[in-house]
Amino acid sequence: MTTVETGFNSGSSLASLPPDWPGGYWLHWGVFVIIILAFVFLTVLIFIWLERRLIGRFQVRLGPNRAGPFGILQPIADAIKILLKEDIVPAKGDKLVFWLAPVVAFVPVLLIFAVIPFQGGALLADLNIGILYIVAVSSVSVIGIFMAGWGSNNKYSLIGAMRTIAQVISYEIPMGLAIIGVVLIAGSLSLTDIVAAQNIPFILFQPLGFLIFFIAALAEINRTPFDVMEADSELVAGFHTEYSGMKFGLFYLMEYAEVLAISAIVTTLFLGGWRGPVLPPVLWFLIKVFAMFFIIVWVRSTIPRVRIDQIMGFAWKFLLPLALINMFITGLEVILLPEVLPWPIIFLNLAIAAGLVVLWSKFFRLGGGRVEV
Amino acid sequence: MAIKTEPFVLNIGPAHPSTHGVFRMRTTLDGEVVLDMEPVFGYLHRGIEKLAETRTYTQNIPFTDRLDYLASMSNNLAYVMAVEKLAGIPVPERAEYLRVIMAELQRLASHLIAVGAFLNDCGAFMTPILYMIREREKILDLFEMVCGQRLTYNYMRIGGVSHDIPEEFLPALGRFVKEMPGFIDEYDQLLAENEILLVRSKGVGILPKELAINISASGPVLRASGVKRDIRKVDPYSVYERFEFDIPTGSVGDCYDRYWVRMQEMRQSTRIIKQALEQLSSGEVQSQVPQRLHPPVGEVYGHIEAPKGELGFYLVSDNSIAPYRFHIRAPSLINLTALRDMIIGWKLADAIIIFGSIDICMGEVDR
Repeated sequence: MTTVETGFNSGSSLASLPPDWPGGYWLHWGVFVIIILAFVFLTVLIFIWLERRLIGRFQVRLGPNRAGPFGILQPIADAIKILLKEDIVPAKGDKLVFWLAPVVAFVPVLLIFAVIPFQGGALLADLNIGILYIVAVSSVSVIGIFMAGWGSNNKYSLIGAMRTIAQVISYEIPMGLAIIGVVLIAGSLSLTDIVAAQNIPFILFQPLGFLIFFIAALAEINRTPFDVMEADSELVAGFHTEYSGMKFGLFYLMEYAEVLAISAIVTTLFLGGWRGPVLPPVLWFLIKVFAMFFIIVWVRSTIPRVRIDQIMGFAWKFLLPLALINMFITGLEVILLPEVLPWPIIFLNLAIAAGLVVLWSKFFRLGGGRVEV
Repeated sequence: MAIKTEPFVLNIGPAHPSTHGVFRMRTTLDGEVVLDMEPVFGYLHRGIEKLAETRTYTQNIPFTDRLDYLASMSNNLAYVMAVEKLAGIPVPERAEYLRVIMAELQRLASHLIAVGAFLNDCGAFMTPILYMIREREKILDLFEMVCGQRLTYNYMRIGGVSHDIPEEFLPALGRFVKEMPGFIDEYDQLLAENEILLVRSKGVGILPKELAINISASGPVLRASGVKRDIRKVDPYSVYERFEFDIPTGSVGDCYDRYWVRMQEMRQSTRIIKQALEQLSSGEVQSQVPQRLHPPVGEVYGHIEAPKGELGFYLVSDNSIAPYRFHIRAPSLINLTALRDMIIGWKLADAIIIFGSIDICMGEVDR
């Protein structure tokens, strides 16, 4: 068995495939890429349908129920509609930037799935720096959003794009710091190793880290209560106000693919990935992803939007100090208490998390904000 | 290095998701901060005041439906009361009670939409407004029972109401009145201590007491600023002096107080309806009114406490069949004049919710 010199781990899924397949590794990659694309698009279609049905339920109405049984064909009907729509480019917009923006925004989201382990060994590239790769790649799509805001030559789009930049850059810091807690415990940056280390899901060891990561992730993917970039009651549709047709469709896909990606990352980092009793691993992975998705939809349909300065304040005054403290405590625990049974540590961490959240919410308040003019 | 910045103009509306109709705010922004705002309206002007001068007094009632189309019953009531005052027409007692019931139901329906739309402006993705529309539907069903319409009722008549209520109305209303406090409690549970709602609306868009009085604001906007003025108490009309109810007032005059006052007023309206149901007696619902009404020469101002504030009709009669002058004191328009003072210095997102908390209806602003 030969290993290719690409920086992948020797434990990579590809390395463990029979090496005498025709076409070698490139063919395997090709097959896996197609599988991932199919998975992402199919799941996104299911997500769109599920979100609309769920929000319908949350809002005491039915949701789509005309196209096919339970409206299951609704996303397909929407896709056909979007494809047939006229593709309008603003006359005074920056045409190249406008055209490129959806692509630049969408592709990085797809790239995230390259390192997500769907089950033991079932991943495209078992990078030994998998989580770092995710953090790096996921921040690229902001550039696409800013390009959309800039290229549209529309003030709503520009404001939405500016807000996004500020928000995503701010929230990347607590998000990264929350990930460090996981990495410290697992002792590896590889997602496969992180899952392998989770005999007990890390959400129990890292309750605070999970909260910080989840909130920061909601801000990263611009879901409610942090959806200021497309804040429909203020900015009409935010950065994609001017988009129509399939370009809009790509942004729409991106939004849901991001939700899928974040659900998958949370599953991998905190919920034990594919691991679980009885059921096959892929099924466990999907169950956890859909559970996360349900929580995200629940949050969206319940909570009002936070103002942009409050969002920034929340990142810097609330999440960042907590993430630093969390990192510090985790480091201490890893060094000082390596041999202790897990349950005392779990209860200690739960108590610390609850205490810190209560304490911080007493001292730091968001609000105010009138500027004398 | 200092970055050179300059303010820019953002045109919010007339077609914008949260301008509640065709209102336009020409805002000057410095980044996110509102430096200046110029309200522009008139996109929905239909010339109702002038049209009314060419129609008889009875024919004008449907026009009033189209003023504040979220509170048609109240508009009907204000107009017919002004005409009755002008021509000295008595109203049977049962009709007075029916009018009060309808007006209070209408206040509930209007406040439900006001609060729901305000929360929608806060960004609560449609959920609160749909819960509130669920209850509003029941009110609209009740209205449909009495007059066959769900939006433009045209129910009140000069000297009474158009029909007596059908027999299934009272049980349905009784059920509704019994359920409604539970629903209001449900909203309170969901919203009153919602941290995000509190940080978004507490202290935001304060309308000081003096300013509120100076611009002659009325309704929940005035009461949220701490002025205890409700025409139902100050100048009782119809049979309001027979009911027991409180006037909720705010203390600060911010968006949260306006929201809170509306929630409390819904409870009080339910209380009034409950009492009216107990006191409702049988009898005529329409007094004898001449086919062609020629009120004596004179002028009259009749006003009521509509859901959005003091709704007044100023009528001048020259003893012909049509009013010589038909002027509407629209609470939405007058409350709107405080908007600029309220939103300057706040962020764009605040400007939207401050505007939403005033609760205007463009049909009434532009007429």
